[in-house]
Amino acid sequence: MADALLRTEDLTKHFGGIVASDNIPIAVAPRELHAIIGPNGAGKTTLIGELTGEIAPDSGRVFFAGQDITGVPTYKRSALGLARSFQITSLFLDLTVLDNVALAVQAHAGHSFHFWRDARRDKTLRDPARTALARVGLSGRQNAVAASLSHGEHRQLEIAMALATSPRMLLLDEPMAGMGPEESARMVTLLRELKRELTILLIEHDMEAVFALADRITVLVYGRVIASGTPDVIRANADVRQAYLGEQEAVTHV
Amino acid sequence: MSARLTLRNAVVAGLLVFLVLLPVYVSHGGNPFLLTLFTRILILAVAATSLNLIMGYGGMVSFGHAVFIGAGGYAVGILAEEGVASGFVQWPVAVAVSALIALVIGALSLRTRGVYFIMITLGFAQVLYYVTVGLDRYGGDDGLTIYTRSEFFRALNLSNKTTFYYVCLALLFAVIALVWRLVNSRFGLVIRGSRSNDRRMQAIGFPTFRYRLVCFVIAGAICGLAGALLANHTEFVSPAMMHWTRSGDLIVMVVLGGLGSLFGPLIGAVTLLVFEESLPLLIKSLGTPIFGAGAARAAEYWQIVLGPLLLLIVLYARGGIDGLLKGGRRG
Amino acid sequence: MLLLIEQILNGLQLGLLLFLLAAGLTLVFGIMDLVNLAHGSLYMIGAYFAATFAALTGSFVLAAILALGATLLVGMAVEVIAMRRLYGRDHLDHVLATFGLILFFNELVRLLWGPAGMNLPLPGWLNTSVQLLPGLQYPTYRIAIILVSLAVAVLLYVTVMRTRIGMLIRAGASNREMVSALGVNIKLLYTLVFGLGAALAGLAGLMQAPILTVQIGMGENILILAFVVIIIGGIGSIRGALIAAILIGLIDTIGRSYLPDLLRLVMSPRGASAIAPAVSSMLIYALMALVLIVRPQGLFPVSGK
Repeated sequence: MADALLRTEDLTKHFGGIVASDNIPIAVAPRELHAIIGPNGAGKTTLIGELTGEIAPDSGRVFFAGQDITGVPTYKRSALGLARSFQITSLFLDLTVLDNVALAVQAHAGHSFHFWRDARRDKTLRDPARTALARVGLSGRQNAVAASLSHGEHRQLEIAMALATSPRMLLLDEPMAGMGPEESARMVTLLRELKRELTILLIEHDMEAVFALADRITVLVYGRVIASGTPDVIRANADVRQAYLGEQEAVTHV
Repeated sequence: MSARLTLRNAVVAGLLVFLVLLPVYVSHGGNPFLLTLFTRILILAVAATSLNLIMGYGGMVSFGHAVFIGAGGYAVGILAEEGVASGFVQWPVAVAVSALIALVIGALSLRTRGVYFIMITLGFAQVLYYVTVGLDRYGGDDGLTIYTRSEFFRALNLSNKTTFYYVCLALLFAVIALVWRLVNSRFGLVIRGSRSNDRRMQAIGFPTFRYRLVCFVIAGAICGLAGALLANHTEFVSPAMMHWTRSGDLIVMVVLGGLGSLFGPLIGAVTLLVFEESLPLLIKSLGTPIFGAGAARAAEYWQIVLGPLLLLIVLYARGGIDGLLKGGRRG
Repeated sequence: MLLLIEQILNGLQLGLLLFLLAAGLTLVFGIMDLVNLAHGSLYMIGAYFAATFAALTGSFVLAAILALGATLLVGMAVEVIAMRRLYGRDHLDHVLATFGLILFFNELVRLLWGPAGMNLPLPGWLNTSVQLLPGLQYPTYRIAIILVSLAVAVLLYVTVMRTRIGMLIRAGASNREMVSALGVNIKLLYTLVFGLGAALAGLAGLMQAPILTVQIGMGENILILAFVVIIIGGIGSIRGALIAAILIGLIDTIGRSYLPDLLRLVMSPRGASAIAPAVSSMLIYALMALVLIVRPQGLFPVSGK
């Protein structure tokens, strides 16, 4: 795909004897929601690490908007428009919800060598933060300390922080992890809305959500891509059924 | 910083009023020793406030912070020894030298975190300690006496205890105000965010290393000023000023007062030093009627209480005095 | 040349003493994730106990054995009373709490033994020297230190590598949760490990007492070196502690003896010998910094965690 927003070429990573990434080719077109699925241990977390710059691949390259970002450090990738949410909640637990999101805004509002003015009264930081919070439905909790939020609300906050950086693309690492059915449904609705404006790479286990949202799906097993295509194609793929969905026909209902 | 009438705010306000009025009380027949004691408290409070900036707000636990007291002190001492008695030269040099040392130490240490950072800062403190011991031109291990205090205008005579006290008090207020603005500014939020979750800060786009380094340098510079003040107060500098146990004292003050609270370091300094002075007296005066002469001897070993007290604070009152005043919320 | 050999032996001896101190520290840090600044206090207590028992019994060896036992007991008591409550907490909490313990022990020692320090004289049969090479007389006692330390190192190795307890210790160093999930009495294990570390520290303290000193605060100076050793060697690794300790012992000793001459080329003799410790320390901290940058997990990291 020539005009892919995010593209990897032969991404490879070994940890000792384990092949976490095996010549992975990913291509995510602009404005599509591309899901990555695979059993546990498939190397999904390693892949996100390589895409965000926290893990350096042994070989292969990562391209974002045509630019080779393989050697670019994590904080710079965010500035380029690549935002991620964390699988295991990684927030500023001792700060308020609004503070959390405002920090994300601040990261992209020039340098922060401002020593005097009260940043909490800075409209250029607080307003976009409030907007992002409204987008995910957390406006009512903006003054609560992040630690006091429920798990589902943490996941929403994660998305808000990613949104606050005005990204071009979202890397969502299991945003629905640990959520009950109601919360998951809300998240799916949110993602469906976001899909219209942003490119999204979604790593998820929740098959209902994946088949409901994804434009295309890539299946990862033991670090290798075994199939990639539209949801229908994937659902029909025998290898995928075998490797992932088990021997029985665990057909997901959409 | 809210101005509501809470217990904590009342205590802090009371303390500030007391500090402002102390020299007035002393000049009207109060014990002059109090002035000396509280001048020392003010100076150490400046140093502790600077440590709180990196430790309380920034999460950078430095076991070598006393190095900057030594650097500032020696800047004044060496300049005085070489005939430069003007405070207008000495004090900026003290601050600049400390900032420079902080830049070097920070650049090398801040790539590490946690206990590694503690050990590296400790190591640097040791090295600088040995370097000053080796400075035999300036007294080496015996230290260096300073014969004249820093000179400013004729009107500002630092040899006058009351004048010097108010200079220290003014500087303390200025430093606290500076820290207050700093920690609520954009810069401060980056530092606090980095303490809370550095990985996330980088993920959202902050190159945290440079901000933490600048913070470290600012803290070092402020502490260098404290060193200059201390040199004037004791009229003596020696390597012992920067021994790592002095850094430990500063850490105790910050934690005792309340890590990450604005007035915590001041409260901690006051508590620790008043404690140091009064506990032996208290033990002696309360104990002698009951235990006789043994109480006087026991009073000499009051410090034995300090260790377990610190342990208890860590275990049960982590927010320090500030935390206790706020109603027992852990720090 | 002979001087160099003598310095190498001195460095080896210092390194082995450092190893004894570092071994306990690395075990406690590796297994219980506990940063114990008061480890130096146990070193000091071992020396004080030995000096006291020697004065009471008149026998150096008996005093050493009694001091070891006493330090072991003190260590276990400290673990039960104080350390237990610190497991799982932030390292800063450990630093603060154990700093408090340093203050406490220094004052306690001052209370019980007075501020002046003590002496631990060597018995006649140890206070001799041996001719190792033509022209090289080396103190018997220092050789004894080297031999005893090596014996302890071997004993430690055998215990950790070949016994069940050792297996538990190694397992605990690389995966704490797993060991307690296996139903092992973790509390007892921790107390024993801490006690062992204390005994090792006490042994180091009492062995160096006749050569160097028995005084308040003696633990703090060497403690920093011990931490550098475990950082370079790798937290939780005994082998790493041994190699790093010997390395540092050699650098420190050879540095101190040859640096003044080198420095005298550029500064006054008095200044040179005063600043030599600083330069020698700088070398050691530079090495630590290098390790932290290039291989932060240490030279012999314990894998897992």
